[in-house]
Amino acid sequence: MAVVGYGHSRFGVRSDVNMAELAWEAIKEALETSGLEPKDIEHVVVANAGGWSSEPLPAVVVAEYAGLTGKPLHRVEAACASGSAAVASAYEAVASGMADIAIAVGIEKMNESPTPTVVEFIGRAGNYFWEFENFGLTFPGYYALYATAYMARYGATEEDLCQVAVKNHYYASMNPKAQFQRKIDLETCMKSRYIAWPVKLYDSSPITDGAAAVVLASEEVAKKLTDSPVWIHSIGAASGTANLSKRDDYSGLKAAQLAALAAYKRAGLEPENTARYFDAAEVHDCFTIAEVMAYEDLGFVRRGEGYKLVREGQTYKGGLIPVNLSGGLKAKGHPIGATGVSMIAELTKQLLHKVEPGRQADIRKGLVIAHNVGGTGHYAYVTILGLEKPKAR
Amino acid sequence: MSMDLSISRHWRRKYSIYRLQAARCKACGRVHYPPRPACPYCGSRDLELVELPKHGKLVSFTKVYAVPEGARAQSPVYVGLVDLGATKVVAELTDITDQTQPKEGMEVEAVLRRTRVDGEAGLIYYALKFRPAIGVPDV
Repeated sequence: MAVVGYGHSRFGVRSDVNMAELAWEAIKEALETSGLEPKDIEHVVVANAGGWSSEPLPAVVVAEYAGLTGKPLHRVEAACASGSAAVASAYEAVASGMADIAIAVGIEKMNESPTPTVVEFIGRAGNYFWEFENFGLTFPGYYALYATAYMARYGATEEDLCQVAVKNHYYASMNPKAQFQRKIDLETCMKSRYIAWPVKLYDSSPITDGAAAVVLASEEVAKKLTDSPVWIHSIGAASGTANLSKRDDYSGLKAAQLAALAAYKRAGLEPENTARYFDAAEVHDCFTIAEVMAYEDLGFVRRGEGYKLVREGQTYKGGLIPVNLSGGLKAKGHPIGATGVSMIAELTKQLLHKVEPGRQADIRKGLVIAHNVGGTGHYAYVTILGLEKPKAR
Repeated sequence: MSMDLSISRHWRRKYSIYRLQAARCKACGRVHYPPRPACPYCGSRDLELVELPKHGKLVSFTKVYAVPEGARAQSPVYVGLVDLGATKVVAELTDITDQTQPKEGMEVEAVLRRTRVDGEAGLIYYALKFRPAIGVPDV
């Protein structure tokens, strides 16, 4: 199965459009890049975490505005990994033969509620009664518990974490769709205020409105539509406990490790020293510590060595593996439901040499990887895309 | 934007919230908190209620600056992940001073403290918090 079309709205504060209009920006581009019209689409999946926005049934509103009414349609939620869940659901529709052409749309409009409401809403994204209500643990707080444990165990510093933000802002400065198209220096991050120690404002992804869409097609249809399909080699998915206190380890996300193992197994790749396989990666840097853990959970390096990649600049272009050339969640923005789809759209463009100069990866191996986490490792998806058709299993 | 949760539910949970009541599975021996009707690890319903130790070690912690409405007066709040031996709990940390900054492995003990005030209903919520251990858990 292949990705045959991709679309991406501008991310940021998008009070200029409503949800349906925002989604259409991505859907329109996805249809154009695939050479299809709405009538050709056979299956529609919309990712939206929701709660803070005006539309309680976003899928129907989005589909009607885009001329997709009448098709099989549903909305999916996997927190910040909702977008990957939509791609997985569209993949299942095509893989099962239910449809030959399916579209996965990710959309989030977070700025329709005031910031404290959004912060509280995300803060409940764990185990409401036992973590948020009684203990006031906010979402940055969940990741801060991981950051503290990671730093204590491996000797990473706040500077190391801030270097992730510096890198991701650097690449976002070249991405016209990014929320923050500006570079920052280490000092800006280090001097920013604490949200939940050791997590600072500039360690954190923003509140974002945005949409992304990808069109998936069966092998037969994809070959007719395009001479440059991007093949889906595998999607690995897994989940973790709601309550953080039920977990065994706090220096990595078990769900992401399981999702990565599943994705590598299905793609026929060894799960260790995996950076060698890929030209680029998009990973879930909702907070800078999350990107560092992602390097290890994906097996780029061994446990405890992720921060050294940052320290040595190994995840810039020219290093061991370029990560988040889009600017990542940190600087491109993190519209919850759109993020996972955005990663697939971005990596498809990377493989096809369609991104802006300066942040285009060198495509030599023809394989890329996406890592999308929902909640604090409550859900995880790892997706591998490639220019060569995967070998028959 | 507080949730309209049942006060009676809070009442029914009082032994868990105020006494750290957990459950031990007689089949597999594992302890879970808060107690459920069946063991989350093996599914057995043969459980016994046990009180968790009021003394533990800090696994990890954070200092939260953006705290929910009702607890703003106490901002920033320290939150810790505490290993009580049989199981772990997430709880607020209290009595943190310049001399007792939290760190991994620090010994902590439970104390009953106020957490927040529900402005609309006028209810004051209490919960167990953990403080740097001085050898006398106060619950």
